[in-house]
Amino acid sequence: MSADLDELREPAPEDLRADMTIDTVGLFCPVPIIRTSEAMKRIGAGSVLEVISDDRVILIDMPAWCRSTGHRYLGARRSDEAFHLFVKKAEGTRS
Amino acid sequence: MTAESGRRIKAIGLISGGLDSTLAARVLVEQGLDVVGLHFSTGFCMNDHRRALDRPGEDPRRMRNEGLRAGADLQIPIEVLDAGEAYLKMVLNPRHGYGKRANPCIDCRIYMIHGAADYMREHGGDFIFTGEVLGQRPMSQHMQALRLIEKECGIEGYLLRPLSAHHLPPTKPEELGWVDRNRLMGISGRSRKEQMALSEQWGLKDYPQPSGGCCFLADESFARRFHDKRDHTPIDSIKREEMILLKVGRHFRLSPAVKIIVARDASENQFLTRFAGLGWSFEALDTGSPLTLAEGEPDEATRRLIASITARYSDRRNQALVEVAARRGDTEERLIVPPVADAALEGWRI
Repeated sequence: MSADLDELREPAPEDLRADMTIDTVGLFCPVPIIRTSEAMKRIGAGSVLEVISDDRVILIDMPAWCRSTGHRYLGARRSDEAFHLFVKKAEGTRS
Repeated sequence: MTAESGRRIKAIGLISGGLDSTLAARVLVEQGLDVVGLHFSTGFCMNDHRRALDRPGEDPRRMRNEGLRAGADLQIPIEVLDAGEAYLKMVLNPRHGYGKRANPCIDCRIYMIHGAADYMREHGGDFIFTGEVLGQRPMSQHMQALRLIEKECGIEGYLLRPLSAHHLPPTKPEELGWVDRNRLMGISGRSRKEQMALSEQWGLKDYPQPSGGCCFLADESFARRFHDKRDHTPIDSIKREEMILLKVGRHFRLSPAVKIIVARDASENQFLTRFAGLGWSFEALDTGSPLTLAEGEPDEATRRLIASITARYSDRRNQALVEVAARRGDTEERLIVPPVADAALEGWRI
């Protein structure tokens, strides 16, 4: 993963804990977003989903998906081989 | 816009994220409708492939999902749908044939509109819209094709093309007053001037280059490989992975039963490594080398030829002899071969 896109990463708060985690490492775009959408349907409003992905462009796509659906993008952390993105399910979202 | 019951009208649209589908959605958002975009992942999108290769220095905007970008710009929800195996079957056997390349544009539209109709039945919705523009694309957007697509999808009257509506008969959403026909468009033809003016007016500036194309099926080089694959493989046995491999590397057909793929750079080498376990693979030793994958069962003479081609694209291409490893599973052969002459390559290149 190169640094240029990582610079776009909005850091997630250190104390943030997820209610559900999905691992999409190794999956090609747009499968991680499809899995995210499916997972969000299984959690309640206000819950936080963590999505693990090694696809660096998800740092662009996930915030866009959140803006389109109304969910709240909370930012991402980076580990050695993957990004950990956090999304909060909003009340009465469009998806 | 609401129905007689006071319920808000919901329009389901096909959103590729290109300029036309983005504008079509925006036209309906302007009229106060609830708009939901469906973005089909077909497996043939160039942005998705650039992303899978992840070449250093690649502009992230050329790798992002344009459907999601459009949804964010318009503040409309986008559902990303995997077109799946059924889409591949359609691509390999299009009822209405191919365009100039390997593009089954009419069948593709029918497939997606069918999908949108299924989505509408499951999740609710009042009609479907697309960003099609009359006369813009030679295969799928002339008057006869637009009518055929609507008829075959079984949603006659409920398929709105907001950008070309004034050139087409009024649809049910217009007749029922859900959509104001006067506020739809009368765009036709291949020029994008009107669309670009609209995008300027609405502040939509960050869209992919109009008519730039994102579909491998309309790409000349991909199409040659695609039709070669169809010509040499029982169509029903062709798998998704084989389509993925058509996007990568240099392709050479050495015999009716054997084809090879030679990586062009480190990103392609890494990409092809994931498929190396499927059959024979070749690599020049102790030097910069492409990874070469063979499809089919090359005999000993053919394996030597493949090794020669691999040597030709290695960093030792100017040496008289190059050592190449040929591997399959736990088997490894060491072949010492001369790099093949360039003139000979052209006869095999797909």
